Amino acid sequence: MAIEQDVLVIGGGIAGLSTALGAAREGADVRLLSESETTLRHASGLLDVMGYTPDGDGPLVDPFDAIGELPARHPYATVGESAVRDGLAMVDDILGETYRGEHTDDNALVPTYGGTIKPTARYPDSVAPGLASDDRAMLLVGFERVTAFDAATAAAHLDNTGLPAETSAATVEFPVIVRDDAKVTRYAHLLDENPELTHEGRTVTVREAVAEAVKPHCESVERVGFPAVLGEDHPNAVRRELTERLDTRVFELPMGPPSLLGKRLESRLYGALDEAGGHFEIGSPVVDAETDDGVVSSVFLDRSGQKIPYAAEQFVLATGGVAGQGIEADREAVAEPLFGCHVPHPTDRYEWFDEAAFGDHPFARFGVAVDEQLRPTDADGTAEFPNLRAAGAVIEGYDYAAEKSGSGVSIATGYEAGRRAATEV
Amino acid sequence: MTSTPHVVVVGGGSTGVGIARDAAMRGFDVTLLEKGNLTHGTTGRMHGLLHSGGRYAVSDQESARECIEENMILRDIATHCVEDTGGLFVKRPEDTEEYYREKLEGLRECSIPATELTAAEARAQEPYLAKDIEKAIEVPDAAIDPFRLCVANAKSAQNHGARIETFSEVTDLLVEDGEVVGVEVTHESGTGKHVHGVEGTVEEIRADHVVNAAGAWTGELAAMADLDVEVRPSKGVMTIMNVRQVDTVINRCKPKGDADIVVPHETTAILGTTDEEVSDPAQYPEEQWEVDLMIEELGKLVPILEEARTIRSFWGVRPLYEPPDTGTDDPTDITRQFFLLDHDERDGRPGLTTIVGGKLTTYRLMAEQLVDHLAEKCGVDTACRTAQEPLPGSEDAGAIEAAMNEFGLRSPVGKRSAERLGSRTEEVLDTDDPNPVVCGCEAVTRAEIRDAIDESGSNLNAVRIRTRASMGNCQGGFCAHRLANELYDEYDERQARTALDELYQERWKGQRHALWGEQLGQAMITYAMHATTMNRDHDPASEDQALDFGAFDTGPGVPGDADDAGPGEVATDGGGDHCGD
Repeated sequence: MAIEQDVLVIGGGIAGLSTALGAAREGADVRLLSESETTLRHASGLLDVMGYTPDGDGPLVDPFDAIGELPARHPYATVGESAVRDGLAMVDDILGETYRGEHTDDNALVPTYGGTIKPTARYPDSVAPGLASDDRAMLLVGFERVTAFDAATAAAHLDNTGLPAETSAATVEFPVIVRDDAKVTRYAHLLDENPELTHEGRTVTVREAVAEAVKPHCESVERVGFPAVLGEDHPNAVRRELTERLDTRVFELPMGPPSLLGKRLESRLYGALDEAGGHFEIGSPVVDAETDDGVVSSVFLDRSGQKIPYAAEQFVLATGGVAGQGIEADREAVAEPLFGCHVPHPTDRYEWFDEAAFGDHPFARFGVAVDEQLRPTDADGTAEFPNLRAAGAVIEGYDYAAEKSGSGVSIATGYEAGRRAATEV
Repeated sequence: MTSTPHVVVVGGGSTGVGIARDAAMRGFDVTLLEKGNLTHGTTGRMHGLLHSGGRYAVSDQESARECIEENMILRDIATHCVEDTGGLFVKRPEDTEEYYREKLEGLRECSIPATELTAAEARAQEPYLAKDIEKAIEVPDAAIDPFRLCVANAKSAQNHGARIETFSEVTDLLVEDGEVVGVEVTHESGTGKHVHGVEGTVEEIRADHVVNAAGAWTGELAAMADLDVEVRPSKGVMTIMNVRQVDTVINRCKPKGDADIVVPHETTAILGTTDEEVSDPAQYPEEQWEVDLMIEELGKLVPILEEARTIRSFWGVRPLYEPPDTGTDDPTDITRQFFLLDHDERDGRPGLTTIVGGKLTTYRLMAEQLVDHLAEKCGVDTACRTAQEPLPGSEDAGAIEAAMNEFGLRSPVGKRSAERLGSRTEEVLDTDDPNPVVCGCEAVTRAEIRDAIDESGSNLNAVRIRTRASMGNCQGGFCAHRLANELYDEYDERQARTALDELYQERWKGQRHALWGEQLGQAMITYAMHATTMNRDHDPASEDQALDFGAFDTGPGVPGDADDAGPGEVATDGGGDHCGD
């Protein structure tokens, strides 16, 4: 006997979570299935709406200005500007003061771990004091063994972008010598736990020792940036203590995987889904689907080799694009593996990519085509299944990496797909 | 000749660096010029097979005999570059018994050790071999790292006083009274960017003798002295798998044909190859059918390859040569022997000798014969010692073990470092500074990266070939920027960024031939990380237009406001206590 739900969401990234939250807010009984927890841990934790147009114009000051001008197949054009705003409002409401940027339509320019800056619509509160448009002098601090972020290189790079603030850098030894190749989460946990250690004959805590190492470099700066490792479970406490000890603003620079900002975001969104009464199940892949008279009736979870059916009235596919394996390819063709939905693509594999590393890559836009209801369609534009919708990167027609539109599209299409699915049950 | 004779060697592939080393060891004053990085041409684009000679035991026995002799020598002098994998010639049902017999006979005639294995014995050694293979012949093929080999030769040449110039293209040969008397060199790179020279500067280097070891570009160089050397470049594809499906070199036991070899190489396996004559060694099509052919054909030997993950493909060009009027139509029929062309004897143009053809396995022998020739011309009577004297890194076969003990290198990271560095392990790893892993896929540490930067300057592709950093599954996605970080501040930020862009683009170039399956997902993750998170496709620091920072969001509060997120802010803690229901 299958477990039964009103709405079943497949995929646990921002798109899946936005879908489930959108459906739950409409009163639907919703369940989210996710193979792994890693999606958001790969993301920066920034919530982009649109930084550059599909033609590459930008950075855009106001991303909403550009939405009306998009080609008809762009997911934003499908759902419309109001869905983008409503979806964002839902997420803003959930994230509260832990995220910033809702006070304006304008994009912020955020320094990230490579020393570059990128436009984004929403950013964690811990990132806020580091914005590139702010003219206060900043110190970047790196840790000796964290090779993904080098403070001196990043500061010099930022300086070369022409930002209005003076930049300086310091690299310090983390007070507890962790293994040379420890993951950044290890640093975060040490800052969370804040154990005592003996330093030059005194007993100090880890946070205290970090502050003492950084303090001599802080003299003429008004803000201090660390790579985003300042705690996983107690980030506010860590940052508050460093702020007090250094007597200056402390901020984090978004990092690549594993991304603590992404993990914190994930934790908040799942918490919100839990509070909204949604169910979720993480750790097993959805491997199969069953249809009944052209309608999706259930999907099957593979739990340690056992196939467990999940039935629902409405389904939403939020399994990601080629990066998340929501879209797969072999040497011959590109496919949506779970429901076998049509994926438009050139037949010649050598037309899937551009010669230049940052060129215009068709593979970045691979996904299912959707109708105005966000239902995947076949080659003729007819909905594949009346009760299946899609959200996020599994939808074709946009390059989120080039546009910096990944989270925005996921939130807008997820919110809309969840809302529509809920109203049909 | 009264002073030390000065030789200019053109070409920084295995042949050129081998000649530079040999000549320097015999007391010549040597300058080596390479237009790109060391191994820039054919050497850096081969499958890493140290031939036993088995490949040529039927068709080209002279080459086969040279191969087995050199194979044994390189195992001694280049221990840290060679992995003794052994090799198999595998017979499928459709391959003829007649050729199998010829192969066995030829191996014996060329004194190449050969053992016949039954199908069961072969599969016991390599479990992924196809179920229907009939039998196999075991030969002493091995895997060799061409980068490490060239770098070690160049370093040895330097140690013997040679000047090694990379990114320095010979743009003309100086001819006076019908004699080649030197070269004109254009240095490509700026100070600090690569190794030597000032960008765009032109230098004239006079020499007693010029050696043309330019590989596929031999003809172009000869033409600068109005000489005709017709090299017939032939391209071949190599496809790299993300793991080693086999630990032994697997050859198909048939006369000739495309896609007939799998070479285990470090953490990967390399599939090869095609053999197609091309008109221009620098510009030729890299085609989809070639990649598909590798997987389909070699899948007949090792079926798991059909489902496995490829991480990139690359092409190399063989500088094949045959004496004029031989008239071979098919490039696979052209001999793999090498030729030494004394242009004084051949064309009445003294001062220049060309060496062309051959293969990596015989590079040392080619160098020996070439330098013998120079020595005779210049009246130098020092004997060749390259067959006896180990290369830097290979001086002490026990050094790896000793260093592992000394540094407590029991972890896979340390083991792999020591294998790459050989007897240089202690010198490189003996640092008091933290030594974190910079490239996770290939387990390359900071000390190795910094050593490579010391040796090769800011060019990260040169660092890559010395260390293998960025050559694993992620193809630099996770480590390219970490490598660039190590360049600063010896080099300025702009130089570090340029080096990052060059490496990233180079890694993309091969990876785009592997865009299906898991590697397509990997490519998108890499692209998303570098474009989405780091905005490297629109990096304001690299764009011409100045950004209007003031037009963007300056934060939730006006700077300086009391309610701004500043010192003393009261914030509630975020909880991370949610889990699945």
